[in-house]
Formats: sequence, structure tokens, C-alpha cells
Amino acid sequence: MRPMLAPRILFIGLGGLCLLATWLSLALGPVSLPLLDTLRAGLHLAGLPLSGQGLEQAEMILGQIRLPRTLLGLAVGAVLALAGVAMQGLFRNPLADPGLVGVSSGAALGAAVAIVCGSALGGLPSFLEPYLLSACAFLGGLAVTALVYRLGRKDGQTSVAVMLLAGVALTALASSAVGLFTYLADDATLRTLTFWNLGSLNGASYQRLWPLLLIALGVALWLPRRAQALNALLLGESEARHLGIEVERLKRELVLCTALGVGAAVAAAGLIGFVGLVVPHLVRQVAGPDHRVLLPASLLAGASLVLFADLIARMALAPAELPIGIVTAFLGAPFFLYLLVRGRP
Amino acid sequence: MLRVDNLQVVRGRETVLSGVSLALQAGEVLGVLGPNGAGKSTLLGALCGELTAAEGDVFLHERPLAQWSGPERARRLAVLPQVSTLGFAFRVEDVVGMGRLPHGSGLVRDAEIITAALQAADAAHLRDRSYLALSGGERQRVHLARVLAQLWPGDGGVTLLLDEPTSALDPLHQHTTLQAVRDFADRGAAVLVILHDLNLAARYCDRILLLQNGRPYALDTPQRVLQPEGVKAVFGLDVLVQPHPERGHPLIIAR
Repeated sequence: MRPMLAPRILFIGLGGLCLLATWLSLALGPVSLPLLDTLRAGLHLAGLPLSGQGLEQAEMILGQIRLPRTLLGLAVGAVLALAGVAMQGLFRNPLADPGLVGVSSGAALGAAVAIVCGSALGGLPSFLEPYLLSACAFLGGLAVTALVYRLGRKDGQTSVAVMLLAGVALTALASSAVGLFTYLADDATLRTLTFWNLGSLNGASYQRLWPLLLIALGVALWLPRRAQALNALLLGESEARHLGIEVERLKRELVLCTALGVGAAVAAAGLIGFVGLVVPHLVRQVAGPDHRVLLPASLLAGASLVLFADLIARMALAPAELPIGIVTAFLGAPFFLYLLVRGRP
Repeated sequence: MLRVDNLQVVRGRETVLSGVSLALQAGEVLGVLGPNGAGKSTLLGALCGELTAAEGDVFLHERPLAQWSGPERARRLAVLPQVSTLGFAFRVEDVVGMGRLPHGSGLVRDAEIITAALQAADAAHLRDRSYLALSGGERQRVHLARVLAQLWPGDGGVTLLLDEPTSALDPLHQHTTLQAVRDFADRGAAVLVILHDLNLAARYCDRILLLQNGRPYALDTPQRVLQPEGVKAVFGLDVLVQPHPERGHPLIIAR
């Protein structure tokens, strides 16, 4: 079989990549800061006893703009990749995507409702608007996922096949509802809606960041505890049961982690496609399918990928900014096609 | 070790299995034979709790199966299904290692057991291969090694249920596999194995349960069960039965 990277080397490599992405993400932008200044300002901000002389501007840019944006990118990437691993494990299919359980389309619907209704009501107080949008997106994602899960359940058993089909149907339903809102929206609202659907890390602020950070932390701590159970689940549901895994509980946890994680990510940054699909797949190619390695490695790879995609989004048409969803899809879709053409390993 | 009285399984309105009573003893290999659709896999499903019995509780060590916690049960009862669908490129060693999941016996002990189980299933040379690169028969042996590892070494009151473990195997490995199962039972495990080959069953089983249309036709030693009348009645097959020239167990020859 193809040689696989030893986990230690993989983690060192991905950890380094993630640090590099973070550093660049803090340094580069409309006002590019020298890399060393970025490092010094960052360490000074972190409370290290360094001289902060001459770094006031750098520290302000870092603290107010770049740091929240970078943290948002890290959390979104990590949580999307982890949710991708969870869904590929749940559906026992390496081509599964977190969107399959309806969380993304539900969040999009929630956001559309918030944007269009908000504007129809003559505009909400401006300080409230972003929170309302995030909250509606998060709740929309949770609601649709809960419905998909509910539809998949019968006699105390959850059928992932039924969940998959219910997810497809509800995604179509939610998309047409979003379409209806789009049709009803006026031009300004339409623009907001469109940009939201393409995703962006722009406008990150600490206030909107902390719910996502908490959820990302929770998911990142919880899922690796279930790595062995996820491995067993890949054998089949009854095989996992015979190995002593409480399969129904595991499925519930996977769906919950995905709904909370992706819901929070989408609520904070809009729809960012292909990360959840491509990252676990890519990591599996180099590290193998063992979830004990796959989960933490995907976390690092997802966080790095989103930061690099955001750098491209910021730099490609500077000073204008591309929606990050476009960048990830541009990177992700050809890669996905390549995987399809190449066939499963 | 595993016991059921008057088991009945209902699917929809149809009774697919009824009247089965058996007690699986330590150290014995019990073969289950019968034509397609006779209820063999249904019986196995009910015995491992995968299917709910309409009547007749299953007892593992005199305690109802449903009352065991997952890992506790998995340390005493392992099941090899007919087909396994694993679509990910795990190494063979890792697949077998999953059998150690309910134990927490430590990496060193687990590695020893994985080696022993792979050897028993004649799959030691596959250890570092990718599961997806294996043939059907090799995969079947790897899964056998996995369930053997789950109960290794086979003493201490463990029960193993096997659904057609030889269906994809070449003639040599049909024998090596059943010999490994036989050895496992000789160390004290109770084994129930669904088979299609009457001669394999005659050679390796202590008792045979013959199923017909979801009902037990006979449950006794191979010598008593595998008679021309019974085989004709259950399988509709005309056979001669003669003792094996070297081993003495019944040899079933189609006429």
C-alpha cells in the first residue's frame, strides 16, 4: 500500500502550515506589515514583555482588524473540516459533505429570512442587525438539521439512508424558499443576500466571534474522544454495535456536533463551500483513514486552508475583496473532480 | 453460555422463525444448516440482539442479553456478519485491532493478540496491506481475525457467532478457517456457525441444528442429523452418507 506519513511528521507539518497561515493572515492586507513587525506586535499584544515602541499602528491593525479576522478563519476552517470528518464517518462515505444533513441550506434560509424581513420592516437598529442575521442563520441550520434527523428516526433507530434523502429534499425545499426571498428582495437587500451566500471573513469582530470560538472548542475537544468509535462505525452499524459502541448515541453526537459547528460557522462567515468535503479527503490521502489522526489533522488543515483562501480573497483584487466562498469553490471543485476522475483509492 | 427457549421472530405479519430452543455450551461448535431462506441468519440476528424476538428471551451467561452494557457484552459475544462493507483504506492490522476496542488492554497486549488472531486466520502475511487491496476471501479472513481478536484467547466463557465464514474461501482456507474456529472452541469458547457445506459441518461441528422453513428440523450430532432422509426432507437432495475413510465422520455424497 502507499506509504503514509507518520502522524508525528504530519502534525509538525500541518502545525507549521497553520502557524504560517496565521502569521501571513495577520501581516498581509491593504496595509501590509513587515513580517517581523507583525510577530513583535503580536507577541507584545499577547502580553510578552517586549518593547512595543514604533508598533502602535501595527498593534491597532492587528488587534482591531486582523486578529479577529484570523481567529474567525481558524475557527471556521477547523469546525467545517471536523464536521466534514464527522459526516463522512456517519454516512461511511468519503464523498459526504456537512451540507448533507441540511445545516447549510437551513442557515442560508434563516439568513434570507433575517435579511429580507429586516429590510421589509424598514431596517432594524443597525447595532442589532448583524446579531439578528447570525442568530437566524444559526437557528435555521439547527432547525433543518433537527428535522432531517427526526425524519430519519423510526422505532428508536436512525436510518442514515433516510437521513440522506431527507437532507436532499429539505435542502431543495430550503433553496427554493431562499429563491423566493431573493425574488421578493429589493436591489440593496439582494446584494446583501448574495454576498452573504458567498461567505466572507470580512467585518469580523470579537463580539460575534466568541459563540463560534466556544462551539469550535467544544467540537474540537469532543469529536476526538469518539475517534475509535468512528473507526468502528466505518465497519458498519451492526459491527460497531457488536464491538460495544452505542451507535445511536454516536450518530446523535455526530449530527449535533455538525449542526452546532457548521451552524455557528455559517452564522459567523456565511456559506463557505468545499472545505468540509475536501479537507478530510485530502488528509485521508496522506494520513490514512484512522480518525485518531484524521480528526486533529483535518482541524489543522481546514484552519490553514480557510486562512490561505482568505488571503487570496483579500489580495487577488486588492483593494476590492473577493467573497471567500468563491475562492474555496475555485480551489475545491476542480480538486473534487480530480478525485472523482482518479477514482477511489 | 448463550441460551434461548422457544425463540420466535416475526417480520411484519409473517413468522420467520419459531420454536427454536438451544443452549450453546462452552467448548462446542454448533453448526446451523438449512436451505436459503430457512431462517439461519434470522436466528443469528436474534441471538446477538440485532433482531428483536417476539418470544423467547436470549440469555448470555444467564442474564438477558438486553441487560448487558455494550462493552461488557462485546467482551463476551462477537459476531461475524455475512458481508462487511468497509470502504476505507485501513491497514489490515488496524481492522483486526478494532476487535480490541471493548477491552482497553493496552497497546502491547493488543499487538500480541492481533498477531495471534491473524495467524489463526492465516492472514499474518496481510498485516501491513490496505484492506481495500484485498480479495473477497482475504477480507473474510481478516474479519474472522477481528472477531477472534475480540474474544482472544477464547477461554473465560466467550461466545462467537459466525455467519457463513467460509463463503468466499478457497478449499484450503475453508478447512484452515474452520480448524481455527475448532481450536478456538477447544480453548473453551462456544461457537455457533452457519454453514452451507454439509461435509464441512460434518467434520468440524459437535452438533448440528437443521432448519426448515423457520422451524428446527433436528438438533443433534452430525451422525444423527446428516442422514439421507433428513437431507432429502430439508434440502430436497438425494444423497448417500458414508463414513469418512480416515476420520469416520459422515461424508455426504450427492447421488
